[in-house]
Amino acid sequence: MSTQLEKPPAADVDRPTRLRLYQLMVELRDFEQRAYELFLENLVRGTSHLALGQEAIAAGYAVAMRADDYTFCTYRGHGHTLARGASMAAAMAELLGRGNGMLHGKGGSMHLTDVTRGAMGSYAIVGAHLPIAAGAAWSAQARKSGQVALCFFGDGTTNIGAFHEALNLAVVWKLPVVFVCENNQYMEYTPIRSVTAVEHPAADRASAYGLESILVDGNDADVMYDTARQTIGKARDGGGPSLVEALTYRHGGHSRADPAKYRPDAEVREWLSRDPLKRYRARLLAAGISEGELNEIDTRAQQKVDAATEEARHGAPARVDQIERQVWSDGGSAWRN
Amino acid sequence: MAELSFREAIAAAIAQEMERDPMVYFIGEDVGAAGGVFKATVGLFERFGPERVRDTPISEQAIVGAAMGAAMTGLRPVAEIMFSDFLATCWDMVANQVAKTRYMTDGQVSLPLVIRTANGGGTRFGAQHSQSLENWAMAVPGLKVVAPSTPADAKGLLAAAIRDPDPVLVFEHKSLYGVKGEVPEGEHVDRLGVAAVRRTGRDCTIVALAAMVPKALAAAEQLESLGIDASVIDVRSLVPLDTRTILGDVRRTGRLFTVEENPRLCGWGAEIASIVADECFDDLDGPIVRITTPHVPLPAADVLEDAAMPSVERIIETVKGGMR
Repeated sequence: MSTQLEKPPAADVDRPTRLRLYQLMVELRDFEQRAYELFLENLVRGTSHLALGQEAIAAGYAVAMRADDYTFCTYRGHGHTLARGASMAAAMAELLGRGNGMLHGKGGSMHLTDVTRGAMGSYAIVGAHLPIAAGAAWSAQARKSGQVALCFFGDGTTNIGAFHEALNLAVVWKLPVVFVCENNQYMEYTPIRSVTAVEHPAADRASAYGLESILVDGNDADVMYDTARQTIGKARDGGGPSLVEALTYRHGGHSRADPAKYRPDAEVREWLSRDPLKRYRARLLAAGISEGELNEIDTRAQQKVDAATEEARHGAPARVDQIERQVWSDGGSAWRN
Repeated sequence: MAELSFREAIAAAIAQEMERDPMVYFIGEDVGAAGGVFKATVGLFERFGPERVRDTPISEQAIVGAAMGAAMTGLRPVAEIMFSDFLATCWDMVANQVAKTRYMTDGQVSLPLVIRTANGGGTRFGAQHSQSLENWAMAVPGLKVVAPSTPADAKGLLAAAIRDPDPVLVFEHKSLYGVKGEVPEGEHVDRLGVAAVRRTGRDCTIVALAAMVPKALAAAEQLESLGIDASVIDVRSLVPLDTRTILGDVRRTGRLFTVEENPRLCGWGAEIASIVADECFDDLDGPIVRITTPHVPLPAADVLEDAAMPSVERIIETVKGGMR
């Protein structure tokens, strides 16, 4: 990684928050790992995009959010949805196409949503959810609710028009929205630097919208939590939007179809050595948190994923009699009399 | 009753709903102090202020996306897309996001939003500012679609669209903005999904939409003097579609003609023809005939545009020929 990050890990993250960050990262890691195993068992149908290695961003932001804040994320959105407290069993069942899935089988892996938790949807067309998140922020501004909209997206999104339309509108309207670019170095299968005019696809574009250039270590949970606190606080206080670029790396391929052979071994090794979970565990141990306490968290996360898997596996298939339900608010799909 | 122009009726509908419901907001390009490029929203900015009547950049994805995000979270936004042709620049938002999110989340999300847009030809603007695109929207599950033909309907259907809990696209025909007509005074809210029988005849049924309705009515007047007594049905709402009214009239007359401004392939009349062929084939006394624009982009010059779009004369000739 060529980029030198200026921001040192924040020192003032308290112990309960650190344990919460660690717990969330472990849960997201274990969930994605399990989703991968179930795919190998041919139980996860369709596609899935895992965020293994990117957990610090989802965890750092989720822990800093207010319960009624809004999360908008991409098709790589299992972690962001679960981080808001959505049911792990319902998420797993959705991946398995079961009737007890979060969306009863109608959405699938790429559209996990739980509005009761502020998880306002996973969007599978690159860039689409940036204007939508701006709209939720506009609504919060109009209703004077103090809510903030958080919008997570990949580096590839910075080259699509909706990114620029949303940023411009958010700044002009001074909306309470935080745009977080998870720069995992690859847009699908292609190195982002080879198709982007600037070195830092989000941070280097910030000045075009009068925004501060914020480039942070997305594999450091303390840094992400601290960045989240600052940017969410600014939005909530009426200071308008922020654009954050968090550097990270996905441990696997783009989607389940991709073994990611295009990535140089040395690069993969370098990034694996910066695994956000391993680093954080080491930091917590160094800070005096006992191995036993962390192991306890690990065990509970594993049990939670096991229970979710069992519940999902035992779900009945999605119900065919629901195909023509919920197109309209009356619950139906009638288009004629 | 008060006499209003079509454009005044649009502004009256938005004002009526903004007055009634503080969650109704209106956004679009040049909609603020300018009052809209078609002057269909004059006075709203002065009356409701810059927070509720808000100018946007030329960013159609941001306009529709913002309306969607706001509708998911408590507002009832009305978004203007200046020309319906520009829907092509934000079709992802309309067709992939707005239309599908309720279904994909199995009802977790409701989207009470309206997209108003100036539609249709006859203004010599050429192929990128003249299309009739209501059939695009009709083809996407999850969108309701209306296209009024009178000032009263412009007010009533737009008000109904704003109160509807689902996304509604309102196609306002550019050539109708200046048309005047009686509009009920006081609160006026219509219903989506109800066609209007504008004229009842014995011999054939002419089904039309928006600016094709006055043309169909003018043709029917002249056809009467030729001995052909035609019904004219104003579809008004493509989704939901009032098939009952259409089928009922065709069963009585035995003949159906559709008048569509869309280019030939997959215009809305094709769906109506299919339904009629399926469900009242035995009542038909002759083939269903569609009168459309040819399958070409709409040309700009007046003589070309007039020759391309269905005209009163073409409706008369086609019906006359078809009824022989």
